[in-house]
Amino acid sequence: MIDQSYLRRFLLPALLLAAVYACALAAIVQYAFRTFVPGSLEVGPPTLHNLARLVDPLYARVFGDSLLIGLYTAAATLLVGYPLAYALVRTPSRALRSALFVVAITPLFTGEIVRTYAWLNVLGANGFINRILLWSGLIGQPLELMFTTLGVCIALVHFSLPVMVMILAAALAHVDPRYERAAATLGAGPLRRFALITLPLSMPGVVSGFVTIFAWTLSAFATPQLIGGGRVTMISNLVYQLGFASFNFPFAAALSLAAILLTVLLLALLRWSQARVDRMAVHA
Amino acid sequence: MSPRFLSPRLVERALRLGFALLVAAIVGYVVLPAVVVAIASLNASAILAFPPDGLSLRWYATALGYRDFQRGLVNSLIVMAIASTLAVAVGAAAALYIDRSGHRLRGLLEAVLVSPMVVPNFTIGLGFLIFAVEVGQARTFGVVVVSHVVLVLPFVLRSIYVSLRNIDRRLERAAATLGARPGRVFLEVTLPMMAPGIFAGWVFAAVLSFNEFTASLFVTARSTKTLPVAMYDYVREYADPTMAALSTLFIVTTVILVVLANRLVGLDRILTMESPR
Repeated sequence: MIDQSYLRRFLLPALLLAAVYACALAAIVQYAFRTFVPGSLEVGPPTLHNLARLVDPLYARVFGDSLLIGLYTAAATLLVGYPLAYALVRTPSRALRSALFVVAITPLFTGEIVRTYAWLNVLGANGFINRILLWSGLIGQPLELMFTTLGVCIALVHFSLPVMVMILAAALAHVDPRYERAAATLGAGPLRRFALITLPLSMPGVVSGFVTIFAWTLSAFATPQLIGGGRVTMISNLVYQLGFASFNFPFAAALSLAAILLTVLLLALLRWSQARVDRMAVHA
Repeated sequence: MSPRFLSPRLVERALRLGFALLVAAIVGYVVLPAVVVAIASLNASAILAFPPDGLSLRWYATALGYRDFQRGLVNSLIVMAIASTLAVAVGAAAALYIDRSGHRLRGLLEAVLVSPMVVPNFTIGLGFLIFAVEVGQARTFGVVVVSHVVLVLPFVLRSIYVSLRNIDRRLERAAATLGARPGRVFLEVTLPMMAPGIFAGWVFAAVLSFNEFTASLFVTARSTKTLPVAMYDYVREYADPTMAALSTLFIVTTVILVVLANRLVGLDRILTMESPR
């Protein structure tokens, strides 16, 4: 047995970092329970007022909208991501697979601001889509894509796609292609093979992808900020506005705390549904 | 179930073609914004318009000459260099500990360090801002760097785990049997074998830190503004194609980096957590 006592020394930097991170999260919790003093960055005595305000219809609506956008985005990302992940896993050509991988993954690394700006060019009143449609005579008036939930969702699906494809590809890589071949030998057509074999076996990835993207959209900021333009507001935008326009950090902290709790809840849901799907897979 | 006059082979072919077209359409959707922004960046006139009125490279000159972008680039490079290096050092040590020690709290430590992957960036940004104000570190590079380290660490941990799992532990035991002390085994056997994962983690961390926007918007001040924040400010104020030129440079650089990283270390393995056996 090798002496591994040296490992303990490796722990210190990570513990330190974890402690600082915990302090940052604790700062949110602490501020969420403090009184806002208008015109000052100092906070007042402890209060429950900020948390009580969360159920104010004005703010509850933003939560509702965020969740709705998250749901739409997760569903659409699943539909767009599944074929791409399937092609990524099953394409026999290595070169094609590499190319698909680079296409699928690059948006993850170009950053939210560049991607969102690019979408402004596509969705704007003078943007690519409207120019093409106007030029072709299909529409007489520019479509309203900016400042709409549809526009925000189109860009958010693009933002979420790399993560979805990664999750689905990992799940599909575990589906043994021999099952499909066996079914084909037994006379099952391609659609039946997909519906009865590939799809059920990739269910863990589908569930985890859906919930992960749902939670992931809650962290989107630049996309709803620039494409929503104040008319489509998500929690992140509200927090920023409260913090930097009205300097109401206590209420911004309360909203952030709610967003963190919501994320934790979604992850718990993910764990729970994964366990269920796994059990179903075992019994199948 | 298909009508008789359609032979199964014909159906199979049609479906295959349909699937290929579907995938091509999805690829088109993914690539569309990049292509549109590249075309817009070449526009001669100052308004975004399709098709461009004429071709010109003047917006590239404007973008490269813009003071806020230059300062943002320098700040971003400084933050990126320090944050990614720190993240790799902390991450490699932590990954080794989590992978090898039997301590019962290691699961908790891992959960905390990986959580920034799911905790929304804006809450992390707000938390660090409030904390920095409380300890008198607001408007410093320190808070920007630390928040970036926290945000990129999950990805560093991932890529280092993969390389740790590929290590043949028998080599370490062989070195120990031959009389090497634990420190020497670590330096001469374990560390070199971790190198690909460490390198991949470092590239990952650097790219993610360079592009981080949401948390940076909260923790940066005028003097520590990073490039993505400077770009956001520009988009809010001006509508000329300068941003399109800069975005195009960004996208091209990123594609080159992703292709290179994929060649060098097989990004697909790290991202999908496929540990080859």
